[in-house]
Amino acid sequence: MWDWHTAREGLPLILHGFGITLLATALGSLVAIVLGLVIAVLGRAPTRWVRLPLRAVVEFVRSTPVMIQLFAVWVLAPGLDPLTIGIVVLGLHYAMYTSEVYRAGIDAVPRGQWEAAVALSLPPIRTWWGVVLPQAVRKVIPALGNYVISMFKETPFLSVITVNEMVHEANQFGSDNFAYMEAFTIAAAIFLIASYPTSMLMRKLEKRLAH
Amino acid sequence: MLTDNPARKTSVSPVSTAVTFDQVVKRYGDHTVLDHLDFEVRQGERVTLIGPSGSGKTTILRLLMTLERVTEGVIQVNGQPFSGLPEKQLRRARRHIGMVFQQFNLFPNMKVLDNITEAPVQVLGLSRDEAAERARDLLDLVGLADKADVHPTRLSGGQQQRVAIARALAMRPDILLLDEVTSALDPELVQGVLDVLRDIAQATDITMLCVTHEMGFARDISDRVLMFDGGRVIESGPPERMFSEPEHERTRDFLGAVL
Repeated sequence: MWDWHTAREGLPLILHGFGITLLATALGSLVAIVLGLVIAVLGRAPTRWVRLPLRAVVEFVRSTPVMIQLFAVWVLAPGLDPLTIGIVVLGLHYAMYTSEVYRAGIDAVPRGQWEAAVALSLPPIRTWWGVVLPQAVRKVIPALGNYVISMFKETPFLSVITVNEMVHEANQFGSDNFAYMEAFTIAAAIFLIASYPTSMLMRKLEKRLAH
Repeated sequence: MLTDNPARKTSVSPVSTAVTFDQVVKRYGDHTVLDHLDFEVRQGERVTLIGPSGSGKTTILRLLMTLERVTEGVIQVNGQPFSGLPEKQLRRARRHIGMVFQQFNLFPNMKVLDNITEAPVQVLGLSRDEAAERARDLLDLVGLADKADVHPTRLSGGQQQRVAIARALAMRPDILLLDEVTSALDPELVQGVLDVLRDIAQATDITMLCVTHEMGFARDISDRVLMFDGGRVIESGPPERMFSEPEHERTRDFLGAVL
């Protein structure tokens, strides 16, 4: 039976876990957003010696489950702090998806923009930073946002490598007090309260950036 | 302000050719667009390229702007070989040439003023203030002094094209390439753009290569008209003669269809 007293007792611990979840999502997203951009731009490198190995890494990381990747790194690098491993692996995994998003955004910049940059003798770096990326990134912000929400919902995987994120804490509290229903209901409610308005916001943003 | 540009006058010797095409071939797969093309443009000359679509006029401008590479032959600009250079030298050589496109190609993420100052600041190393001053003079010239802080998407096609002209001129090129600059415009906006180009042709000694279907404009500004067909120049001459008594039958047919 649902017990309000137990629920109230468990809340602070679960909220603390939520803090870790948010931290992992924020830093993991940062890795994914920056690294994805780098991969997308390098994917346009003139030499195949950059493009082909990059392609191989992207395919490899994308075709294996994030949970296995987390385990693998955790086992292979025993000295590292689990939260750090979690952030890096989640970020890396999602960078493969964000790089595809950026690639689509870059492809959507009309050829005339590149040609105008050539006609003005702009150096390549300036063409990327000043002309192409501002237009490409603007178009893909909502898609990137949706990946951030997706990553947020996958942070419970971090519990398998002992990161004390929200689901880990809920599980802990549940087993200590034999109150799994209260613990997991609270965790689920927090996920819902956090992601639903965020995805609404993304949808709004999408409409605003559309023109 | 466009004429008293000491840098431009000293970098260019008084009587020489601005552009030389020497046996230039351009093929896309099996399709030959330019077929051993030879022609020269003198410095300060205004040349209009006419001919049916697909005759290679635009390809000539794109080769000069290094947006395409020649298949065979040599292009020289200001007496220097221009085709086949490594990317770094190409970028330097390119500075002498400016281009205005059919689709304007303004940068939508920058305000009008920033569109114009971008290259002078990034490429020529002008200070922001110098570049802005130059840009405002040019906006004045194209009649858009009040649009400096507007985003290009808020402008009409004709206004965008005038900004694009100002943007190209801000680099003070020796050679200006005009690629069907009025073709994408609504008819009532064409005249404003052509007027601006006429003013520039009159006020400067800039070399112009122009692909256009506006024969009245071609007649007004050109020193010479080149008629293209099948990837070659089949006839050339001053506009008065070309338009009134063309020698070649293809030219007569073409002019009969467009005039």
